[in-house]
Amino acid sequence: MDAVTILKAYWFFIVPLMIAGVYCLVATRNFIRLLIGLEIITKAVTLLIVVAGYASGRLALAQSLVITLIVVEVVVISVAAGIVQCVYGLNESLDIRKTRNLKG
Amino acid sequence: MIAYFVLAPLAVLLILNIPRGRLGRNAPFPTAVALAALEAAAAILLPAELASAPSVLLRPIGFSFAADRLSLLLVLTIGIVSLASLGVGYGTTAKGEDLRRFANLVILAIAGMNGIVLATDLFTLYVFLEVVAVVSYILIVSKRDRDSLEGAFKYLVLSVVASLMMLSSIALFLLTAGDVSFQAVADSIAASGSLWQNLVACGLFAGGLCIKSGLVPFHGWLPDAYTAAPPGVSVLLAGIVTKSTGVYSLMRLSSSVFGYAFNIGPALTLIGLVTIVFGAFGAMGQKDIKRMLAYSSLCQVGYIFLGLGTGTALGFAAAASHLFNHAMFKTQLFVNASAIERQTGSRHLDELGALARDMPITGWTSVVAFLSAAAIPPLAGFWSKLLSIIALWQAGNVPVAVAAIFTGLLTMVYFLLFQRKIFFGKSVARERPVKEAPFCMVAPAVALAAITLGVGLLFPLTFDTIILPIAAIP
Amino acid sequence: MALTISVLALTLLSALWAVMTRSLMRSVIGLAATSVCVTALMFALGANLAAVFELSVCAGLITVVFVSTVAMTQPASSEELHERTRTHLRRYWPLPLILLAIGTLLAVLLPGAEIALPPPGEASDAREVLWTERQTDILGQVAVILAGVFGVIVLFKERK
Repeated sequence: MDAVTILKAYWFFIVPLMIAGVYCLVATRNFIRLLIGLEIITKAVTLLIVVAGYASGRLALAQSLVITLIVVEVVVISVAAGIVQCVYGLNESLDIRKTRNLKG
Repeated sequence: MIAYFVLAPLAVLLILNIPRGRLGRNAPFPTAVALAALEAAAAILLPAELASAPSVLLRPIGFSFAADRLSLLLVLTIGIVSLASLGVGYGTTAKGEDLRRFANLVILAIAGMNGIVLATDLFTLYVFLEVVAVVSYILIVSKRDRDSLEGAFKYLVLSVVASLMMLSSIALFLLTAGDVSFQAVADSIAASGSLWQNLVACGLFAGGLCIKSGLVPFHGWLPDAYTAAPPGVSVLLAGIVTKSTGVYSLMRLSSSVFGYAFNIGPALTLIGLVTIVFGAFGAMGQKDIKRMLAYSSLCQVGYIFLGLGTGTALGFAAAASHLFNHAMFKTQLFVNASAIERQTGSRHLDELGALARDMPITGWTSVVAFLSAAAIPPLAGFWSKLLSIIALWQAGNVPVAVAAIFTGLLTMVYFLLFQRKIFFGKSVARERPVKEAPFCMVAPAVALAAITLGVGLLFPLTFDTIILPIAAIP
Repeated sequence: MALTISVLALTLLSALWAVMTRSLMRSVIGLAATSVCVTALMFALGANLAAVFELSVCAGLITVVFVSTVAMTQPASSEELHERTRTHLRRYWPLPLILLAIGTLLAVLLPGAEIALPPPGEASDAREVLWTERQTDILGQVAVILAGVFGVIVLFKERK
C-alpha cells in the first residue's frame, strides 16, 4: 500500500468534506452554522496537510504546521463566536438576513 | 537583527500590560506613537546593516526573517500610517480605557504587519496574516454597534476562506517541494515546469491573497469593513492593512516565489483592470464619504496590479511606488474624512459643503490628496500611474494601457467633483459653527500632504537611484 | 486499510450530519464527532502530537465554545426555533446528490492522476522540528494568542 494510493484514498474523502463545508457556508441563514461550515472546511484542510506530510515523508514538518494552525483556528473561532454573541445581544436573532444593513 | 521589528512590539505590548497601578495607566498611547515613529525612522536609516546581521542577544534562536528593499518600503509605510492612525484615534476615541485598548491593538498590528513583510516562508506568512486579521476584526468591533459587527463578520468569513485556500495550497506545496519556505517553493516551481499540482497550488494561494487584497470579484467585504470601522481603524485598514497583507504578499510571491509562472502576470493584469473599472464606477454613486473612498481604494489597488502583471522590472517599480503613494494619499483622505465626521457629525455628501472656509487645513490638504489620486502632475500619484502605463506599453499590452488611461480620466473627474462639493461649492446650513479639527488629526494630514508633494516633486530625480532598484528583486 | 476507509467515511458522514441536521446543538455534536474521526485518522498516519492537539483543542475547547454560544443565543420559545428551521431541509437536500456527483468524478479522475512526491528527507521528531525550525511560527502563535486575549476583552467586557 504505497504512499500515493493512500494519498488518493484520503483525497477521495477530503474533497467531498470540503464541498460539504462550502455548501453549508453558502446555504445557511444562521450565524452559528456559518461558523460550523468554516470549521468543517478547516478539518478538511488539517487532514490534507497531515496526509501530504505523510506521503512526502515530511510528517514532522506537517505536524508543526498543524499545531500552529490549530492554535490560530481556536483564536479565530473564539473571536467569531464573541462577535456572534454580540450580534445576538443587539438583534435578538441569529438570522443573517436581518443584518443586511450595510449595502456592500 | 530584523527580528526586532517583530519582537520589539510584542515585548513592549507584554510589558505595557503587566498591571502596575497608576504609573503605567497612560503609557500605551505614547509608547505606540514612539514605536511607530521609531519604525519609520529605522526603515530610512538602517538599510545596510539590516540585511543579514544576526543579533548577538538572540544568537541561540534563529528567526527566519529577511528584509530587502521592498520589505523596507513597507516597513516605512507601516510606520507612517500607524502614526496617522494613532493621531486620528486620539482625536476620536474616548480617553482612558478605550484609547489604551486602541493603542495596544495598534502595537500588535504593527508587530503582525512587520512579520508579514519580513517573512521568508509561506506558512509564516499565513500565521502573521492571521495575526493582523484577528487584530483587524477586534479593532473594527471596538464600538460594538450593529454596523461594525456586521462589517467585521463579513470580513472574518471571507478572510477565513482566503486562509483556508492558502493552507490547501501549502499542503500541495508540501507534496511537490517538501518544504514551504520561499526558496524551496521557488526552486521547485522553477525546476518542475508545469506540474498540475503547482498550478493548482499557485492558483489557490494567489486566489486567497486576492481576497485579502480586495480585488474584484473577491472585494465583497471591503466597502463594509472600511465604512463601518471607527475612524482611527479605517485609517489603518485602508492605509496599510490591506496593502501589507494582500498586495505586498502577492507582489512578493508573484515575483520571487512563483516566478510569474502559469500566466499569473496576465491574470493579475486582467483582475487589476476589472477592479479599476468596478471601483471607479462604484465610487461614483456614493453619498457617504468613507464608502466612496473605499471604492476608490479598490480602483487604486487595481492600478498596482496592472504594473505588477507585466512581469517587468519597470512594472514592479511602478507597482511598488503606487503602493507607497496610495498609502500616503488614501490614508490622508481617510484622516480628512474622520476630521470632517468629527467636526460636522456627518459623512453624507448632501449635508456637507463649502467646508474649506471653516476647515481650511483639512480642505487644502485634501486638495493635495485628491489631485494625487486623480494623477495630476507633478504630484506623486501621477508619476506612479504614468510608470504603470509605460510599463504596460513597453510590455506590448496596449489595449489595457488605453483602458487604464481612460479610467484614470474618469477617476480625475469624480474626484474633482467630490472635492468641489465638499470643500468649495454651496454652503449648507448647520446648527453649530464648524471649526477645524484638533491638532492630533490635522498634523498627520499636513505631514502626509507634505510627503505626497515631496515625493511627487522629487520623483524624476530619484527615479534611477531609489525607485528602480526596488525592482531589483525578481 | 479497510479500517482507515471506514473512518474516512465516518468523518464525511458526521460532517454531513452536522450540516443537514436541523438542530444547532446536534450540529455542534456532529462537528465534535468529525474532530474525533480526524484525530483517529491522524493517529493512523503516525502524527501523534498533532492528533493529541486536535483532540484536546478542536474536539474539546472549540466544542465548548460552540455549545456555550448556542446555549446563550437560544430563542425564547421552542415554536420560534421550529419556525426558523422549517425551511432547513428544503435548502439542504441537494447536498448529498452533489457529494455523490463529486465522488463519482473523483473515482474517475484520481486513479489515473500523476502525483509528484519530493525527494525523501531525513526523518525527525515533530517536537524537534517545531522548536528548531519553526521558531518564527511560535512567535506568530504568541502574537495570535495576545490578539485573542484582547478580542475576548473587547467583546465580552461589560460596558459601565
